[in-house]
Amino acid sequence: MNAPVFTPSRRNVLAGALILSFSLRALPSLAQDQDNAASKPPLPGSLKRAPMLDAWIRIDADGVITAFTGKCEIGQGIRTALMQVAAEELEVDPHAVHLITADTARTANEGFTSGSNSMKDSATAIRNAAAQVREILIGVAAERLGIAADQLHAQSGAVVGPDNRRIAYGDLVAGDVLHVTAQPVSKLKSPDALKMIGQSMPRVDIPGKVTGGIAYVHDLRLPGMVHARVVRPSSYDARLLSVDTSGIEKMPGVMKIVRDGSFLGVIAEREFQAIAAMHALTVAAKWDVATKLPDEGNIFGFIESLPAEEHVIADKHADSAPGTRTLEAVYHRPYQMHGSIGPSCAVASFDGDALTVWSHAQGMFPLRKGIAEMLHLPDEKVRCIHMEGAGCYGHNGADDAAADAALLACALPGRPVRVQWMREQEHQWEPYGPAMVSRARASLDIAGNIVDWEYEVRSNTHSTRPPGAGQFLAARHLEQPFKPGPPRPGEQPDGAGDRNSVPLYALPNVRVGYQFVPDMPLRVSALRGLGAYHNIFAIESFMDELAIAAGADPVEFRLRHMQEKRARKVIETAAQRFGWSSASMTEGSGRGFAFARYKNLGAYCAVALEVDVEHESGRVRLGRVVAAVDSGQAVNPNGIANQIQGGIVQSASWTLYESVRFNQTRILSQDWSTYPILRFGNVPESVDVHVVDAPGEPFLGTGEAAQGPAAAAIANAVTNATGTRIRHLPLSAARVKAAIGV
Amino acid sequence: MITLNVNGRSRDVDDAPNTPLLYVLRDTLELNGAKFGCGLGQCGACTVVVDGKPVFSCLTPIAILQGRKITTLEGLGTEDAPSPLQRAFIEEQAAQCGYCIPGMIMRAHALLTGNAAPTDAEIREHMNANLCRCGTHMRILQAIKRAARGMQAADARAPAQEVRP
Repeated sequence: MNAPVFTPSRRNVLAGALILSFSLRALPSLAQDQDNAASKPPLPGSLKRAPMLDAWIRIDADGVITAFTGKCEIGQGIRTALMQVAAEELEVDPHAVHLITADTARTANEGFTSGSNSMKDSATAIRNAAAQVREILIGVAAERLGIAADQLHAQSGAVVGPDNRRIAYGDLVAGDVLHVTAQPVSKLKSPDALKMIGQSMPRVDIPGKVTGGIAYVHDLRLPGMVHARVVRPSSYDARLLSVDTSGIEKMPGVMKIVRDGSFLGVIAEREFQAIAAMHALTVAAKWDVATKLPDEGNIFGFIESLPAEEHVIADKHADSAPGTRTLEAVYHRPYQMHGSIGPSCAVASFDGDALTVWSHAQGMFPLRKGIAEMLHLPDEKVRCIHMEGAGCYGHNGADDAAADAALLACALPGRPVRVQWMREQEHQWEPYGPAMVSRARASLDIAGNIVDWEYEVRSNTHSTRPPGAGQFLAARHLEQPFKPGPPRPGEQPDGAGDRNSVPLYALPNVRVGYQFVPDMPLRVSALRGLGAYHNIFAIESFMDELAIAAGADPVEFRLRHMQEKRARKVIETAAQRFGWSSASMTEGSGRGFAFARYKNLGAYCAVALEVDVEHESGRVRLGRVVAAVDSGQAVNPNGIANQIQGGIVQSASWTLYESVRFNQTRILSQDWSTYPILRFGNVPESVDVHVVDAPGEPFLGTGEAAQGPAAAAIANAVTNATGTRIRHLPLSAARVKAAIGV
Repeated sequence: MITLNVNGRSRDVDDAPNTPLLYVLRDTLELNGAKFGCGLGQCGACTVVVDGKPVFSCLTPIAILQGRKITTLEGLGTEDAPSPLQRAFIEEQAAQCGYCIPGMIMRAHALLTGNAAPTDAEIREHMNANLCRCGTHMRILQAIKRAARGMQAADARAPAQEVRP
């Protein structure tokens, strides 16, 4: 075991820095107790936010069924799953459900589509609302037919009686019968009666996407629409000193150059004309380059030197055997980017009075609030409508592009303005997933059981999302700039930098601390999984280090410390389907295993995989990958498998290749050559996902369940293959080569 | 005016000759398939097929495309009548956000046109030019293999049909 010595200098660092606050934040168990103590049961899911049934389900007199969600389709397949859920309880074909997604004029405000919460929040609301609507319709039919409600049932869009008399839903909805408040308890169909939930219904959006349909906001073409581009400063805080636009105004197609402080944009008749003018403006603009970024080579030292708030996330103590052996380790994760394949895009249209914005941002209501503030308009004069974009994986440039489009549209009333960012702008200006560092320390007793566990994680905020106008780049660059709001640490039980910082294992003594660093040298925000990616990488790497020290098989060692039944089943399923074994492999090959329950309250996911490490280059090649996942009652098993496969492959890219590069004035990762990601040549041999269904259990979010376990499984396999532990992401060929001392 | 042959149709466009094909396809001809990804030939989201070869439409000015045969995603099939390759992507559910998929399909189309039975290694090497960020790679590979199998089966049946009276 060659773990580096635990650095007690953390306290020194903290002592030398300003400690802003100290708090014991609500632990998951406390939060649950509070829920249980509530006198009236809460409304299910997002019904809490919007309790009227017709905010979720509407049925017209002609029988057309519309379901409404405040969540967005972001490539995770939520549209299809929500149609299945609504159709199930309404007893109709899923394709008969017309689904409207986030739109400030039409849907409930469900905040952001983030945190793997859409099934838990929105599918739960829609399912319960649909069940209550069905029962209301049965009640109306019972009165009309003079038959007891329990003699009636819903079938194919109608209420049907024992004598096969039927009344179509459309004939039962007169007089706002659905405009009623939801009840806390619904008559949900029993798990064994489900027909649509649990089916791998093909996604409804894929046929259009593979044949050239209008699928994205990028594809939106409105009558009279024009194209715009923005010119961003040369570095984060650079100010625009001057720009000579005289020649550029005369370039073909150029309609308007918009300057407000350091915000600079150009509107043209055609897209490539806008790009040509943008290039000319980029050359003409003179900036004062003010930004001073820290030294990339010492970024972790710099982050350690910044002031931090100390939060205690877990602190529990019980009698235990004495520790006979203590291990300590430090783990690092660099800045990593969302790297959407399609740069951010938005369309906005201002009629002189009200503004409409089409955007692929994850929260239409927060976006509206921010844009209204930026433009000094009342909220009701701004409508934000979600349209899909390229996968975002969190807070990328989407909100900023929407703000750009809003500003430019207001400069040219009456003409819809489409803005798309260039690749270089997306790479340099998106808010990255923060660099993180954590320290783990644990002791084993004589029998090889963990008796105490300490963990400290240090991180920036993981959300700089709107609603504040100051969260938009453009608003910060205006002559009258808006300032970003104060960074926030996030709240347990979901957590942010501290997400998944508490191991799910049953350990007698656990202390977990979160050092929240408010100062942000690089622009950061929510990247898929937030801190869970790093914390699970660290915790599950450390579990392997402890297993090795205890002379135990890594899977057996995890099971030894795991009491949750569903977690055990997922671990056992992944191990069994993979054919897990501790037997040594050929030289340069290794196996790795890891497990986590996302946020300790979402989906359970275990990953087993094998790697080959090329001795000469240090290059890691992925072989077979097997995962098991329990997402609660599985609505669309193929959709769950798709998310887990994608999560594993995306995490493999983060884990093996990715790190944002910068010098002391600017971001150097400007494109796919300066920020390489996984390509087909390096994808795993295979990725098999086993969905462990949990009939009758609540829906659990899946979209972010795999990234942490995949990262740790890769790291553990690399150790298994090379005998060397690497605790610093990414596990690049250069780093692996240096570690194995070739 | 430049005349382009897009999906078998002759199209006159008045865009400047240095305009990359991508913008002409998307904005002038209103075809959604080819996507802007990088403008640098690094990601393949804009891939179309020109004279049987995969081409980055974001880098290819229309001035050099007169008289050449341009095929876009729309030229393969429609939602009601998808091509075998498009159908394979639907059957494998080979998309998450789907933004990269049109470029993937066009690059794979060029491969299968020249090589009806590519090996796994050949597919991976050929597809290396195109990036996916959702991690849909395994399903994309499966879809290409499924389409190849389907095309081989169709080829195998074809001679038998020809000898029928």
